[in-house]
Amino acid sequence: MSASASPNSKRPFWTIARRDAAAGYIFIAPQLLGTIIFVLIPLGLVFYYSLHEWNVLANTFTFVGDANYQLLLRDPNLPQVLWASAVFSAGLVVLNMSLALLLAVLMDQKLKGIVVFRTLFFSPVVVSLVAWTIVWSFLLQVNGGINGLLSMIGVEGPNWLRQPGTAMISVVVVQVFKNVGLNMILFLAALQGAPKELYEAARVDGAPAFKQFRRITLPMISPTILLTSIITIVGSLQVFAQIAILTKGGPGVSTTVLVYYLYQQAFQFNFFGYGSTLSILLFLIVAVLTFIQWQMRKRIVFYEN
Amino acid sequence: MTHISNLKASAALAGILLPLAFGGVAWAQDAVNLRMTTWSANEAHMALFNGIAEEFKKTHPNVTVTFEPLPFDNYTTTLTTQIAGGNAPDLAWIFETSAIDFVSSGALVPLTERFNAVEGYNLADVTESATALWRRDGELFAYPFSTSPFAMFANTDLITAAGAKTPSELIAAGEWTWENALASAKAVADAGKDGIVIRDFNYQNWQNLTAYFRAWGADAWSADGKTCGFNTPEMVEAMTVFHNAVFKDGSLPGPGENVDFFTGDAAMTVTQISRASLLPKEDPFNWELVPLPAGPVGTYSVVGQAGVGVLSSGKNVDTAVEFLAFFTNAENSAKLASFFPPARASLLNTVTLASTNPLLTPEQIENVVINGISTGNVVAGHTNYAQIQQTVRAGLDALWVADADVAAVLDNVCTSVSPLLMR
Repeated sequence: MSASASPNSKRPFWTIARRDAAAGYIFIAPQLLGTIIFVLIPLGLVFYYSLHEWNVLANTFTFVGDANYQLLLRDPNLPQVLWASAVFSAGLVVLNMSLALLLAVLMDQKLKGIVVFRTLFFSPVVVSLVAWTIVWSFLLQVNGGINGLLSMIGVEGPNWLRQPGTAMISVVVVQVFKNVGLNMILFLAALQGAPKELYEAARVDGAPAFKQFRRITLPMISPTILLTSIITIVGSLQVFAQIAILTKGGPGVSTTVLVYYLYQQAFQFNFFGYGSTLSILLFLIVAVLTFIQWQMRKRIVFYEN
Repeated sequence: MTHISNLKASAALAGILLPLAFGGVAWAQDAVNLRMTTWSANEAHMALFNGIAEEFKKTHPNVTVTFEPLPFDNYTTTLTTQIAGGNAPDLAWIFETSAIDFVSSGALVPLTERFNAVEGYNLADVTESATALWRRDGELFAYPFSTSPFAMFANTDLITAAGAKTPSELIAAGEWTWENALASAKAVADAGKDGIVIRDFNYQNWQNLTAYFRAWGADAWSADGKTCGFNTPEMVEAMTVFHNAVFKDGSLPGPGENVDFFTGDAAMTVTQISRASLLPKEDPFNWELVPLPAGPVGTYSVVGQAGVGVLSSGKNVDTAVEFLAFFTNAENSAKLASFFPPARASLLNTVTLASTNPLLTPEQIENVVINGISTGNVVAGHTNYAQIQQTVRAGLDALWVADADVAAVLDNVCTSVSPLLMR
C-alpha cells in the first residue's frame, strides 16, 4: 500500500493539480459566462420562442407546438430566399477568397512602400459597416459616382441596385471590398510563414512560378484557407446591414437573404415565433456547413498541427 | 470588543444609508420620465413639443417628457421592437396605415372616459370623421393630432424659367390637371432640373402614390379591404401615365435618383403642409402651395393622418394619458396647428390656421387645408399592413424598369397580395 492511500495520511485539499485546475477555470470563466449568457441562453430562448406565436401588439404568447416548423416547410417564399442566400454566399466566398489570395501574393513582395499598400487594402475592414454601405449606396445610384465614372468613358451604367441582374452583384462586390483586407492579411501571414528553403529548392530544380504556387504555397497555407473559408461562409450567411441599406431585399425578392427574411418576419411583420424558427434554420445551416468544412480538412489541409 | 465595534460601525452606517435609501425611493417614485416616439426630428417641431412639455411641467413638476425621434423608414418596426423588448415608450405617434393593427390589438389605452374626466377637455370638438380610424366600438384609442391633406408645393422660379405654366396660372385657366402638371414638370426637367417628386415614395413606399392614383379613382384595395385594386382599369391607366412620365418624358425622377424639392432641385412636390417647415430660409425660392391637380375623376383630396396613443405596455399609463390630454387640449392643438392641421372643429378655420401658419396665405389655407380636410379620404390601411406593404413593394419593383408591361405587373401584384387581403 502506498503512503498516499494510507487512511492516516492527511492530503492537503489545495494540491498543485487542483490549484492549476482552479486557475484554469477562473481564466476561462469570463468567456464561459459570456458564452452561456449571450450564446447558449439566447439559443435556447429562440428555440422556445419558435414553439410559440407571439403577438407583440396584442401582448399574447401562445404555445403552438411545431406549427411554425410546418409553416417553414410550406412557406412559398423560402426557396427563393434560400437561393438568394446561396448565390450571395457563393459569390462572396469565390470573389473574396480569390481576390484576397491574389492581393496577399502581391503584397508579399519586397517593394518600397509595400506597407502603405497593405494598410490601404486593409483599411476598409476597420471602417464602420453601416457608413461604408451608405457611401456605396450613393456611389451605386443611377446618377451616382460609379455611373459618373462610366459615363466618362462613354458607357451608360445600369441602375445597379434596382435591376435584378445587377442588385445581387452590387451587394456582393460592396461586401467583398469591405472585408477582403482581413482575409488578405491572414493569407499574407501564412505566406510569410512558409519556409523559404522550399522555394529555393524548387527554383534550383527549375520549377516554374505557377507550379511553386500550386505545389508549395497552397499546401503550406491550406490551414489558413480552411479558417478563412469557414469565417467567410459563416459571415456571408449572416449578411444583413448591406441588404437593409442597399436593396431592402429587392428588386422583388432577389436579394432577400435568410437573415433579412427572418428580420422581416419577426420585426416588420411581428411574426416573432416564425422569425425564431427561421433563425433556428439558419443556425442549422451554418452548423452543417461548418461541420462539412471541418471534416473536409483531412483532404484539403496539409501541415495541420 | 471587536464584535461590538463592528456592530457600532454597522449601526452608524445604516443610520446614514437608510434615510438616504428611503429618500431615494421616495424621489424615484415621484419622478416620472415619459417617452414619446415621433418620426420627425425637425427642430421646429421639437421646439414646439418641448415647449408644451415645459408647460405641462409647471403643473406636474415631477414629470419630464422626452420626445424620441425614430427613423421614418423603419418607424413602426422600431416601435414594435421596443415593445417586444420590454422598452415600450409611454406615448407614440402612429401612422394611419398601422392604425387598424394598433387599435384592434389592445396595444393602446382607451381614452374616451379618461379624456372626458379631464376638466375643460372638450372631446366633442374633435370631429367624428377625423377620429373614425382611431375608434373601435365607439371607444377612442388614439388622438388624431394631425389630419393633413396632401397638396402640391411648386417652385415657380424653376417653372417660369422653363417657360411653363405655374400651377396658379393653370388653376386660373381652369386647367389644373395631372396632364398639365406633368407637362410643366417635363419642361423643367428638359431645362436641366427635375419635375415632380412624390415625397417619401422613393419607389419603395408606394402608399404615398395614393395621392396620385386616386385622381383616376383607383385605390390599393376595396373599401372593405378584401379585394385587390392594383389590376383595376383605373389603376392600370394611372400607372401607365406614371410609367410614361418616369421613363419616356422624364417629368418624374426615376428610381434610384435622390431629388429634394426643398433644396430647389425640382419643379413640384406632392406632400403634406407640415413639410412647409422645410422650405429654405437662406437662399429661398418663390413657391406656391396648391391643391392636388384634377384627374379623370375630377377634383379629389387625400388625407394623411397621424394619431398619438398611450401604449398599454408603457410604464406610466396614467401620467401618459394626462399628458396626452394636455398635449391635445384646445390651447395646445392651436399651437400644434402651425404644423399639424387640427382635428378640432373649433380650430379648423382660416383665422386660426392663418395665425399659426404665417407662411401660408388665407387663400392657400382655405383651398388646400380646409377644403382638403373636409373632402379628403384617408390613405388606406389594413390589418397586417407591414406584410401587405412589403408584398406589394416587391411586386411593384418589376414596374420600375423602362420596358415593364404595366398591366401584367399589376396583375402579378394582385396575385401575390390577394391571399393576404383575404385574411
